[in-house]
Amino acid sequence: MKVLVGIGGADDSLVALEESVRRAVDTGDSLTVGVVANPESNRDPSALVDAATAALADAGLPTDVRELSGDPGSALVEVAESEDFDQIVLGGGKRSPMGKIKLGHIAEFVLLNSRTSVKLVRDDAG
Amino acid sequence: MPGERVYPEDAAGSFPTPPLRITDSDGREITVDAFTGDADAEIDALVAMYDDFDPEDRAQGVPPVGESRIREWVASLLEQDGFDVVAWHGEEIAGHATLVPDDDATYELAIFVHQTYQGAGIGTELINALLGHAQASGAALVWLSVERWNRPAVALYEKVGFETASAESFEMEMAIRLNDDTG
Repeated sequence: MKVLVGIGGADDSLVALEESVRRAVDTGDSLTVGVVANPESNRDPSALVDAATAALADAGLPTDVRELSGDPGSALVEVAESEDFDQIVLGGGKRSPMGKIKLGHIAEFVLLNSRTSVKLVRDDAG
Repeated sequence: MPGERVYPEDAAGSFPTPPLRITDSDGREITVDAFTGDADAEIDALVAMYDDFDPEDRAQGVPPVGESRIREWVASLLEQDGFDVVAWHGEEIAGHATLVPDDDATYELAIFVHQTYQGAGIGTELINALLGHAQASGAALVWLSVERWNRPAVALYEKVGFETASAESFEMEMAIRLNDDTG
């Protein structure tokens, strides 16, 4: 399966990356990482590119990591559709102090606008 | 920056402080009182309510499912420096409302009423007592998130004075100001 993982630096996106790397090692999924600028995160996109490249290399996977410019949600949808990806993988949201799940804005956009199937990875420890 | 929360400019009126003794619209004698969870039997009663909670009434992943996860979640709510009230019907807990502090000296509100006790006016009294309890202790800003299709909940929050604070997401946020002195 051809999988596009979108990461913007929020903690849940890093969980999604970890999980996708684990799964790609097990299943042979072809994994591409799209790094986007998430206004809800303080992490720097170029540092994310380096971290994702290292994570893929450490797992022995090809290092297809791209920094996507423009609106993050629409950039991910565009890449997934134009290059025939089977699935977009995103972080599954963060929890409020109460424990309520709140999806990120990028995930909300992609869920509503993508023709490609979307997987949200939930951090079970949350 | 998405998701900025706006609080009402004016403080709400004064809310009643617990305990509140009411007869619900089904004729049940209900006492709404502050809850500390100091006694194990009280914690067990609260866990029992959540363990029997209708999965259909869960919201944004809470309450969790399964007794051990419920127990952990209840403990995490109570160990924080917030406010809790419950509605007692005899030895049984009919509902629970909680304020959990977040990073900004504000509080997140949630309320849960067991399905056996819904639609009887208990939710309104729980919220009134919780806000009265917090207001008397000087808390100023309270917010909550609610799935926008949950009209009965939104109507209840509006009735007690919450206003829409942010509505750009799947769930909307509402907020109320309890005291003028901060925020």
